[in-house]
Amino acid sequence: MPNSQLRIVIVGHVDHGKSTLIGRLLNDTGSLPDGKVEQVQEMSRKRGMPFEWAFVMDALQAERDQGITIDTTQIHFKTQQRPYVIIDAPGHTEFLKNMVTGASQADAALLVIDAGEGALEQSRRHAFLLHLLGVRQVAVVINKMDRVDFAQSRYETVAHEIKEYLAELGLFPKAVIPISARHGDNIVTRTDQAPWYLGPTVIEQLDSFRRQQVSPDQPLRFPLQDVYKPGDRRILAGRVESGRLKVGDTLRFAPGGASATVVSIEAWNNPNTVLDAQAGQSIGVTLDKRIFAERGHIAHHADSAPTLTHKLSVRLFWLVSEPMALGKTYTLKIATAEHRVTVEQVTAVIDVEDLSSTPGKAVHRNEVAEVVLRSRSPIAVDLAGDLPRTGRGVLIDGNDVVGGCLVIEAEDAAASNLTEVSHTVSLDERAAANGHKGGILWMTGLSGAGKSTLAMALERALFDRGWQTFVLDGDNVRNGLNAGLGFSPDDRAENIRRVAETAKLFADAGVLVIASLISPLRADRARARVIGGDRFHEIHVSADLAVCEERDPKGLYKKARAGDIPDFTGVSAPYESPEAAELVIDTGSLDRSEALAQLLDYVDETFGKNSLKSGKELTYVI
Amino acid sequence: MSADLDQLESQSIYILREAYNRIDKLAMLWSIGKDSNALLWLCRKAFFGRIPFPVVQLDTAMELPEVYEFRDRITKEWDLDLIVEQCPPEEEMDQTLPPLTRAAARKTEGLKNLLRGNAYQGIMVGIRRDEQATRAKERVFSPRSLEGDWDVKDQPAEFWDHYKTRFPEGVHVRIHPLLAWTELDIWRYSKREGIPIVPLYFARDGKRYRSLGEKNITFPVDSTASTIDEIIEELQVTRVPERAGRAMDNESEDSFERLRSVGYM
Repeated sequence: MPNSQLRIVIVGHVDHGKSTLIGRLLNDTGSLPDGKVEQVQEMSRKRGMPFEWAFVMDALQAERDQGITIDTTQIHFKTQQRPYVIIDAPGHTEFLKNMVTGASQADAALLVIDAGEGALEQSRRHAFLLHLLGVRQVAVVINKMDRVDFAQSRYETVAHEIKEYLAELGLFPKAVIPISARHGDNIVTRTDQAPWYLGPTVIEQLDSFRRQQVSPDQPLRFPLQDVYKPGDRRILAGRVESGRLKVGDTLRFAPGGASATVVSIEAWNNPNTVLDAQAGQSIGVTLDKRIFAERGHIAHHADSAPTLTHKLSVRLFWLVSEPMALGKTYTLKIATAEHRVTVEQVTAVIDVEDLSSTPGKAVHRNEVAEVVLRSRSPIAVDLAGDLPRTGRGVLIDGNDVVGGCLVIEAEDAAASNLTEVSHTVSLDERAAANGHKGGILWMTGLSGAGKSTLAMALERALFDRGWQTFVLDGDNVRNGLNAGLGFSPDDRAENIRRVAETAKLFADAGVLVIASLISPLRADRARARVIGGDRFHEIHVSADLAVCEERDPKGLYKKARAGDIPDFTGVSAPYESPEAAELVIDTGSLDRSEALAQLLDYVDETFGKNSLKSGKELTYVI
Repeated sequence: MSADLDQLESQSIYILREAYNRIDKLAMLWSIGKDSNALLWLCRKAFFGRIPFPVVQLDTAMELPEVYEFRDRITKEWDLDLIVEQCPPEEEMDQTLPPLTRAAARKTEGLKNLLRGNAYQGIMVGIRRDEQATRAKERVFSPRSLEGDWDVKDQPAEFWDHYKTRFPEGVHVRIHPLLAWTELDIWRYSKREGIPIVPLYFARDGKRYRSLGEKNITFPVDSTASTIDEIIEELQVTRVPERAGRAMDNESEDSFERLRSVGYM
């Protein structure tokens, strides 16, 4: 069987002859199906043209009629060495997004330049993009040499110019080949018209390119795509993007910080037990314990973590007519994680003609720039130069991918000005002084289930016993700390994050915090649990919807049923019951004092004096 | 050599999992041919044995009997959630299309009926780039208008495995997990994995179906390949295109392009 397939992209300015070159390659290697040449002859004849090689590639009627390539396309051919996929990328500026689509998939590139015209703006832009997209193996072909009578001096001029430009990008072409695609010179067979040229033909050059390989010796990055729950198992699914992982490895998940050990690598219809996996493989793993890990988290080994950052510099290319604007917010997607980021600075807009740069306020279509992005949530990233697959991403605006970017610098959140200061008063000391531990009671449940009532009663009861305690009530924090947040899923998630962070500060101070929030979504509560760590206790204040609706202490259900409140939990938005709450209090069957008694028992046992005497280490996982 | 099959498999699984996570209501088209059988197999791998969405056959009642037999057997053995969508008759098709193309257009209309009322946001289809030149221009995630139209001149950017997964209301997306596979890859993979195949692909009396379609518009081609190994050998030397037996492709210069631009697979 042949060697593995190589993917090559052919780029260059419009009309410099890319499609013709491809038609030639296919024909001269005997890769065209029977009848294709006749078909192209017929198409050319109908349009009153001489035989047009480009028609082999240009599949669409419009392409043939206008003589241009629309969109990128792919076609297979074989040399004696190995099979190839050619990616044809159109040259017109307005089709840049198609060129990027095509070129990003390539192992190597051929840059086509017209001998008469030399390198034009698009030739340079394409070269620049190849570099940005990570294509490092490049050869240049100088086409239409027949039109300049195969003059060596003309070849030298064009070759010199493009080599200089490429060198500035750090790209060094493997060859600069004088060809005539139309007549087949130096494609598969060596021409006798340029005896001064001693380098390879196009085919010889292609056969000497190597496949781009991902080395498994890099640090492990395993971004999660999804978590499947067949039966009582939880399978974390994703693709290993770099490095390798083995059964028995301890994985950490960034940015959550949870940690667990790999019990199995799952495989369907595989008779052998899988014990390891490496870069490029789509896998599923099970862990030794249930931790909070979801789509977007990146599993890594403890000794080689990605950088956690709120501020990163990227080099980006912009694909759409609406410019990237300073101060505007976009979604940044890196591997499977999505983050809202704001453009803080346009450090440099790069002129692809002479590679000079100037600071700016916006990045326009087809421009390349360096930009500083800031995110509210911590982003786990690598530098593109180290680990490309977790060091590059796309920017999304609304429904569309609007740009691509490479991370060139990431400010380490831990090493920023926000370095955490160690307290000299320990948590144990605070607990000993207070006579109870600090912690977070997270009371979740439907509106009307009795959370606030129970929270206030508990606060009173504990205060009367001399406890340090405070209620963070969902409605109250929305008037202050979280004023300005609405009820969209993003805002709800942010509301919960802020309350969880605040609760954590209280808990650090030794206070027993009673957080009373509907917090309807499991994922949001799971994030709060990550913030709170071991001190986080989920209390499900449970009552049937019908019971809550009948109580309707604030008249909200009535309004929601009338359609006056959109997205009301239980009526027009979901409530996801906890799957593993530390305590469930059924206020549907218990009266107020019974419910309070049950809660007090739990609090005493978990945070009270007896819990201090148990001698258990206070370990806080974050 | 199986390293590149591993890579193709891994990439397709990645695509399937992205689709399942990002797209709300998904279904997969199952033509019962070799490609969509391989796709079913990849789904079972991606989701550990269970296919978490329905599998749809667009039925014109014109398939060969072996195809229906195969469908019923596999549906049962693999416990598939099968939906059979009956396609409208040929008389209701665009009469300006050439006659054989018109027959093929029935499936487009069947698909439109399936999608009516926003029943599905994502449809997985087992097409490949090397089958046909307009398919070569496809995206992995390819958005369609309400009417199923494909705007080839304005396709989304798709790079570094970041797919377009957000759409305005009413738009559906075709997902093409096999786009990077070749005909030869499919056969080598089917052999390696032991994927069941409709017997019509194997030569009898000097003919076999290279591409399987309805009996009125698809014809067997000359071949003596009666096993997977022989098919693999045949494909390494043949210069006959895969869809040579598909009458509609060759009816006029742009018949397939016209079919696809209005929603054909």
